[in-house]
Amino acid sequence: MVVFTYDKTFEGLLTALFEAYYYKIFPDLLWAEQEPLPLFYDRVIPVYTDEEKSKRVWQGLQKKLSRGGLSFLTITWLSELADVDMLLFRYMRKNIDSPQSIELNFGDPDVLKISQIWKKVNQEKHRLLQFTRFQKTADDIFFAVFEPRYNVLPLTTPHFQNRFSDQKWLLYDVKRKYGYYYDLSEVTEVYFSSETTPFQNGKLSEEYLAADEKLFQQLWKQYFKSIAIRERLNPKLHRQNMPARFWKYLTEKQD
Amino acid sequence: MNEAVLEKLKILAESAKYDVSCASSGTSRRNTSSGIGSATGWGICHSFAEDGRCISLLKIMLTNHCIYDCAYCINRRSNDLKRATFSVTELVNLTIEFYRRNYIEGLFLSSGVVRNPDYTMERLVRVAKELRLNHRYNGYIHLKSIPGASRELINEAGLYADRLSVNIEIPNEQSLQLLAPDKNFQSVFTPMRYIRQGILENLEDRKKFRKVPRFAPAGQSTQMIIGASPDQDKDILHLSSALYQRPTLKRVYYSGFVPVNEYDPRLPALKQPPLVRENRLYQADWLMRFYHFKAEEIANEAYPDLDLEIDPKLAWALRHPEKFPVDINKADYEMILRVPGIGVKSAKLILVSRRYGKLGSQQLQKMGIVLKKARYFITCQELPYQTIQEIHPDQVRKILTNKNTGRKREDPRQLKLQFEDD
Repeated sequence: MVVFTYDKTFEGLLTALFEAYYYKIFPDLLWAEQEPLPLFYDRVIPVYTDEEKSKRVWQGLQKKLSRGGLSFLTITWLSELADVDMLLFRYMRKNIDSPQSIELNFGDPDVLKISQIWKKVNQEKHRLLQFTRFQKTADDIFFAVFEPRYNVLPLTTPHFQNRFSDQKWLLYDVKRKYGYYYDLSEVTEVYFSSETTPFQNGKLSEEYLAADEKLFQQLWKQYFKSIAIRERLNPKLHRQNMPARFWKYLTEKQD
Repeated sequence: MNEAVLEKLKILAESAKYDVSCASSGTSRRNTSSGIGSATGWGICHSFAEDGRCISLLKIMLTNHCIYDCAYCINRRSNDLKRATFSVTELVNLTIEFYRRNYIEGLFLSSGVVRNPDYTMERLVRVAKELRLNHRYNGYIHLKSIPGASRELINEAGLYADRLSVNIEIPNEQSLQLLAPDKNFQSVFTPMRYIRQGILENLEDRKKFRKVPRFAPAGQSTQMIIGASPDQDKDILHLSSALYQRPTLKRVYYSGFVPVNEYDPRLPALKQPPLVRENRLYQADWLMRFYHFKAEEIANEAYPDLDLEIDPKLAWALRHPEKFPVDINKADYEMILRVPGIGVKSAKLILVSRRYGKLGSQQLQKMGIVLKKARYFITCQELPYQTIQEIHPDQVRKILTNKNTGRKREDPRQLKLQFEDD
C-alpha cells in the first residue's frame, strides 16, 4: 500500500496529484503529515506543498473541466469530510485520464458521490443565509454566531457583503473559531481570543446590545407566533425545514 | 417604535396569515451603493412557522378594517375582532429593522379595504415608495392589488413592487357572488389585466431603452381557496391552466379553507382544513408547470376530482398502462418525466449520464429515483421486475398504497407472485 503524506491543504492535494503523475506512483491512501502512520504500508511518499506545482495542476484542470466542475472541487473540499481528499483525488485522476471530461457521468460512483457532497455543502451554505440572525450592538455592529456542519462561512460573505453593504457586520463560526468582519469597505478575517468572547450560547451580553435591540427581538418573536395557523400545526414539517440544530441561535426559537 | 407596535403587529399578522403566498423569487436585484438589500433570483426562506410554512416575507396587513363582508374572510366587516392600522412610517421602519437583522427577505403587504379601493391602494403604494426612494431599499416587495383600484395606481405600484397579486379566492363566479356579494370576477380580472399590460408594455420599452425602470419584475400571482365552495378539482385546474397560459402569471396558490367564520350558513362545515386535497392540487399544479402535463390529463369529466390516496402523476400512469414500461436508456425526456418516482432533476441526470453508458437499477437508485414506485413503469439495463404490463394496474395501486407497518419487512430477494385475491 502506497501512502502519500501531505499538509491537508487543497494546494497540498493538487501537489500530491502532480507528484503522482510525475513519479507514476498513485497513492492508496492520503494521510495527514502530523498523524501517526497507519499500521500496514509498503511505501510512504511525503508530499511538500508547492505553489508552482499546484498551480500547474489547477491550470490543467481548468482546460478540462467547466466552471461548474471546478466549483465541484473547491466546494466539496470545504465539506472537510474524512475521506473527501481521496475522493477528489480519484475524481481529478479520472478526469485527467479520460479523453473528455467525465463531470456529467453520474453513473460513475465517484462523480455521483461528489455531486451529492457538493449539494450538501451548498445546502449548508444556503441554511446559513436563511438562519443567520443579527443582533445589533451598541456601537452599530450587526453580530451573528453559528456553527455550520461544513466550513461554508467563506462562501456566504459575498452575499452578506452585497445585501448589507451599508451596515457593519460580524459573522462568527464558533465551531472553527474564526469569523469575518465587514467595516463598510472590506471584509477581514477575525478571531476572538477565548477570554474576550463577548457572547454566550450565541447571545450577546446585555451590556453590548443596542438600546432597541430587545424590542425588535420581541417584535420578531411575536410575529413568528402570530403568523402560524393553529389549525394546521405540523411540527414534523417544521423540524424538517428548520432542523433543531439551528434553534440554539434563532431569535424566534429562544425564550 | 414602542409597545403599541407590538400589539398592532400581533393583530395584523394574525389577520394576514391566511394568505399563503410567500415566494420571494423571480427577481434579481443587486444592491446599489449606499442602499440596503438585494433580491436573489430564487429567494430565501428565513424561518419556518410551526405549521411548517416558510416565512420569507414580513406578511402583514396595513389595516384589518374592511368595508366588505366576504363570508370566507376573517377580517369581514361583521366579525367582532380587534382592529388596528399601521402608519406608513411604522411599517417602513419595522420592515427595514427586520431586514437588517436578516429576519426577512422583504415585505408582503396587503390590506383590508377602507373607504374605497383607490384610497387603500394609494396607501399601499406609499409604503413601497417610501421604502424604495427614502430608504434605498432593494429587497423584495410584494403588494396586493386591491380589486377595483384604478389603473394609474396599479401602474405606480408596479414601479416599486417586485410582484403584484390579486386573489381570485373562489374559483367559480356563482360561488363568489354567493360568498362575497361585493365582488365579482370582473373586479378581480380587471386589475390582473392592468398588471399584465403594464408588464408587457414595460418589456417592450426595455427592448428600446435599456434604462427603463422595471415593472413588477417577478410577475403576478393569485390564490384560490379550496373547499369553501362546491367546485371540483377539474374546474380549479382548468382555471389555473387558463391563467398560466396568459403571460406574466407566475404562480397560483391553493389555500385549504380554514373555517374562520363557522357561524355563516353559506360555508361548508369542515372539521379540518382539506390539507390532503390542497397538497394534491399543488402536485397537479407542479405537473402542469414542470412536467408538461395538460389540465385535462390530470382531471377531466371521467375523473373530476383528484385521487386523495395517490398522487396525480401515479394516478395518470395507472390510467394509462399502455404508455409503459419506459426504457430509461432510450426514451425521450418527456416520457421519462412521466414515470412516477422520477422528478425533473433525476430525469435530467438520467439524460446526461446515459451518454456515458447504459444505466442499471443500482445507479438509478443512487441517483435518487424512487425505485419502489418507478420499478413498475420502467425497464433499464437489467431489471427483473414485473412491470405494469405483467401486473394489473389495480394490483400496482394496491401494492403502492399498502401501508407496510414495518413489523414484517419483506425480503427483497424473494420473488413474489401476484394473485388476484392477494
